[in-house]
Amino acid sequence: MNITLNGNTKSFQEISTISDLLHSLELSPGTVVVELNTTIIQPDFYSSTTLAESDQVEIIRFVGGG
Amino acid sequence: MIVRFLTIQPFLHIATQAETYLEPGMILLNEQEYPFTPGQTIGELAAACKPAADIFILNGFPAQSGTLIQDGDSCSLIERGAKLTDNEIDALLSARHTPGIHQQIRTSTIAILGLGGLGSAVAGAMAKIGIGKMLLSDYDVVEPSNLNRQHYFVDQIGMLKTSALQENLLRMNPSLSLQLIEEQLTESRLPELFSKVDVLIECFDTPVMKAATLRSVLSKMVDVAYVGSSGMAGFGENNTIVTRMLRPGVYIVGDAISEAAPGMGLMAPRVGIAAHHQANQALRILLGEAPKRN
Repeated sequence: MNITLNGNTKSFQEISTISDLLHSLELSPGTVVVELNTTIIQPDFYSSTTLAESDQVEIIRFVGGG
Repeated sequence: MIVRFLTIQPFLHIATQAETYLEPGMILLNEQEYPFTPGQTIGELAAACKPAADIFILNGFPAQSGTLIQDGDSCSLIERGAKLTDNEIDALLSARHTPGIHQQIRTSTIAILGLGGLGSAVAGAMAKIGIGKMLLSDYDVVEPSNLNRQHYFVDQIGMLKTSALQENLLRMNPSLSLQLIEEQLTESRLPELFSKVDVLIECFDTPVMKAATLRSVLSKMVDVAYVGSSGMAGFGENNTIVTRMLRPGVYIVGDAISEAAPGMGLMAPRVGIAAHHQANQALRILLGEAPKRN
């Protein structure tokens, strides 16, 4: 599946949901903000929101410290 | 605001801060215009206007009481240890920032979420410039391990950070209006507490609350400008700490990668770079120099 991730076209094998994508990117779900086609997705829906070909995904990831 | 250029051959002197244009026959006395009296010493001026003053500053330098004042001079008469009134603070800030900018700053409200290395420093900067109102939020107490970066003192160990910071800020600027929030914040509480502020400055320690704040701002607080933070640990390069715009009114400060960890701890200098990026970005939003939320 090809999606646009943070402005870049990327190809992912065997991912279906946002949870799958985060796992593939080795990102901890609690530390990110996910926007799918300009809608903010609440974390409770990461495992139930499926991705489609050409979806536009923005992921902002935070590191600790402050 | 008119800046005076003084040409003294062969050197060019350029005024580097906002100056009031003074008519001939006037001096500046504690930032206010005042009539010049030829032959008057600074001590005589003090006796007439501020008898309790024991420190005299003439054109930026300490002066003895017998020093003659000249037309156009700038005099500061200071009573060591005296308290400043709200009006005096107002006048000082208005002179330093120009009245229009001072007015915008003093009618603004910001929230600072987390009062640690980032938050305590941001709060100090905003207090000094006379921000109108600050909502300060942290549930934690001052610990010894905080002191390598956080703006607290040894004699404040064990105090709630809200209380300690309030003490410190009011010593910088007694005219501040502060609201202290001492609960441990959750994502759902953020819009309930902070929907009415002009700028929300996220200074949390944990990435979970950082993400929660941005998510809440984007989905539930559509009018609130946001300045977040990610990546400022250690003593890496200064210039990798940047302010990035995600969209109008939404900014993140940091290098995005320097996570606080054993061997790469948070230290005052680099955390301070990030904190002052946040403070200046908040100020730019408030003054209309950076885009607000659409």
